[in-house]
Amino acid sequence: MQATVAPVVAFVLFLLLWNVGAAQIETSLGQLPGPAQVWSQAMGLLDEHVAEREREAGFYARQKQRYLEKLAENPAAVEKVRPYTGKPTFIDQIFTSLLTVATGFLLGSLIAIPLGILCGLNATLYRAMNPLIQIFKPVSPLAWLPIVTIVVSAVYVSDDPLFSKSFVTSAITVTLCCLWPTLINTTVGVASIDKDLINVSRVLRLNWMTQVIKVVLPSSIPMMFTGLRLSLGIGWMVLIAAEMLAQNPGLGKFVWDEFQNGSSNSLGRIMVAVFVIGLIGFLLDRLMLSLQRRVSWDKGAMIR
Amino acid sequence: MAMLSPRSVVEAAGLEKEELKFGFIKLTDMAPLAIAYEKRFFEDEGLYVTLEAQANWKVLLDRVIDGELDGAHMLAGQPLGATIGFGTQADIITAFSMDLNGNAITVSNDIWAQMKKHVPHENGKPVHPIKADALKPVVESYKAQGKPFKMGMVFPVSTHNYELRYWLAAGGIHPGYYAPKKGDTSGTLGADVFLSVTPPPQMPSTMEAGTIYGYCVGEPWNQQAVFKGIGVPVVTDYEIWKNNPEKVFGVSREWAEKYPNTHKAVVKALIRAAQWLDANDNANRPEAVKILAKSQYVGADYEVIANSMTGTFEYEKGDKRAVPDFNVFFRYHATYPYYSDAIWYLTQMRRWGQIAEPKPDSWFMEIARKVYRPDIYAAAAKELIAEGKLTAKDFPEFEKEDGFRAPQTHFIDGIRYDGHQPNAYLSSFDIGLKDKDEVK
Repeated sequence: MQATVAPVVAFVLFLLLWNVGAAQIETSLGQLPGPAQVWSQAMGLLDEHVAEREREAGFYARQKQRYLEKLAENPAAVEKVRPYTGKPTFIDQIFTSLLTVATGFLLGSLIAIPLGILCGLNATLYRAMNPLIQIFKPVSPLAWLPIVTIVVSAVYVSDDPLFSKSFVTSAITVTLCCLWPTLINTTVGVASIDKDLINVSRVLRLNWMTQVIKVVLPSSIPMMFTGLRLSLGIGWMVLIAAEMLAQNPGLGKFVWDEFQNGSSNSLGRIMVAVFVIGLIGFLLDRLMLSLQRRVSWDKGAMIR
Repeated sequence: MAMLSPRSVVEAAGLEKEELKFGFIKLTDMAPLAIAYEKRFFEDEGLYVTLEAQANWKVLLDRVIDGELDGAHMLAGQPLGATIGFGTQADIITAFSMDLNGNAITVSNDIWAQMKKHVPHENGKPVHPIKADALKPVVESYKAQGKPFKMGMVFPVSTHNYELRYWLAAGGIHPGYYAPKKGDTSGTLGADVFLSVTPPPQMPSTMEAGTIYGYCVGEPWNQQAVFKGIGVPVVTDYEIWKNNPEKVFGVSREWAEKYPNTHKAVVKALIRAAQWLDANDNANRPEAVKILAKSQYVGADYEVIANSMTGTFEYEKGDKRAVPDFNVFFRYHATYPYYSDAIWYLTQMRRWGQIAEPKPDSWFMEIARKVYRPDIYAAAAKELIAEGKLTAKDFPEFEKEDGFRAPQTHFIDGIRYDGHQPNAYLSSFDIGLKDKDEVK
């Protein structure tokens, strides 16, 4: 009972405070929107999404029609379907952002986990890597972005690229910023494995690979997941900033575009985006948490 | 209506590239692009175009140069500036001039209050055009207090920079010189008023924050200041120079050479869009405003955009006046790339030191020919005439056209501009480089 009542009361209180507070603030774009206006903007964004999908259907229909006319004149005509050229809606931007963060995060984890295991197993390697980790860990995405942008533009040259440059740039920026917590936590997790377990594996004469898979990985999983959860949180935060700064498609661009529009709807729409960003961040964290529960051997451990 | 004539389908087969991405800045004068898309003029030509708003003029230019964008809504000075190597060196050309007029100079409420005392009034309303003479005492009082007087424009080679400088200089205020040879690209040497670069959509908020006291920008960012109650547009560029050329559609020369048929098709679609915007005495403007107010284009409120796009302009709040030609997209051969327009920009680059050394008249003509391409325009126009979409009356007489508008006289300082004699024109200004002058 108390478990549901307390959060609901807190949320209602927050809405009330917001409603009263917003009414006090007069900006040059009108009053700061309250919960009701933000809700109606959210509905408006949904309507826009539906309308855009209809336009998209029309676009493809016209393209087909054009092809058929071409075919009538020239039986050898080859059909070529061009992607829709209209604007991405708010919903589209959410999916773009999710895809980008997933790519960046996976890439980051693929680097951080193996490297973390190696650093945890080998103290010399750890000492060698540590200064680099400490130096790069606190660097902000805003500093990485220009470097990544320029390098990607120089290296990623193709006439028909599989991914757009902006996607690659955002994903790599996310990777660079989010791999550190996973790396450090994995290292610590691996390094602090119970000595008895290591000794047992020695007695059983397990080879290196089996030892890593059967002993090291399972016992360091709780720490590793703490790192992964931190990483995903950072990745999501970094992504929005990167999109905003580099005008790469996604929720960050949506926010920036609305800021530039300076329409009387803009503030409300930006707030919708803020809530969606927060909500998705929260859901991503829950996702990692349930994954952790699934793979962790210690079901009794306190996980928040 | 959207049905295609078989003819254009056949032509579409000759296109070298059908999927294109064009950049623009959130300004009402990007309208020909939005209209060509929404009214499907691009599709009629067999083109699949994506329009993408850009963060600022620098990013836009860089992306056209490195090929991420196929073309873009550009400041007329950008292709010229790039070709002569001011700022960035690249070959950019234009075969389509996007509009005439469309800018204004806005000052903050505070500055306006100080200026207003020096503006002549009639029936309780200020007499327009307001000259910079009224601003001069304000600037002098700032100078006397040792405070720099700061204003914003959108780009070093922008129309806005030149218009603001023109207006200030006509009122005896020195806007400062550039000295690229000495590595000074701030343009504030010897300035009474310090001009800095701010992207158009950020102008109102920058002025609201107090970083600048006024600015010159395109619409809707002057009317936005009126709506937000933070500033007063004092003069439109129509009053500074009646029917001045404004934006162009720029592509890289390499792109144009690689895709000539595509380029021509793009120009055709844009000509139709411009014609649509001005058809029947601006009858389509309300619809155009509705399109521009969409968040993917300009995105400002309908009322703000409509204020200038439908033939009026609101100065001080409540002082709405008719300016039927505030933004011209097709009338007066607005879309034809006149050499004389290019040469005017070059004279201003020379006047303010962006072109550091004296150049002969022939040089101005040579650069104009390199950048402005009426030949491509004429080819596109002739196809439209043949297809019956427009008539020969809509265009200049291509056979007789030499690319020079008749000498223009409607400037705020009354000076006459003849594109054939750039150096003589430069000599007629009191403030600015002329003859053998160089910034010391």
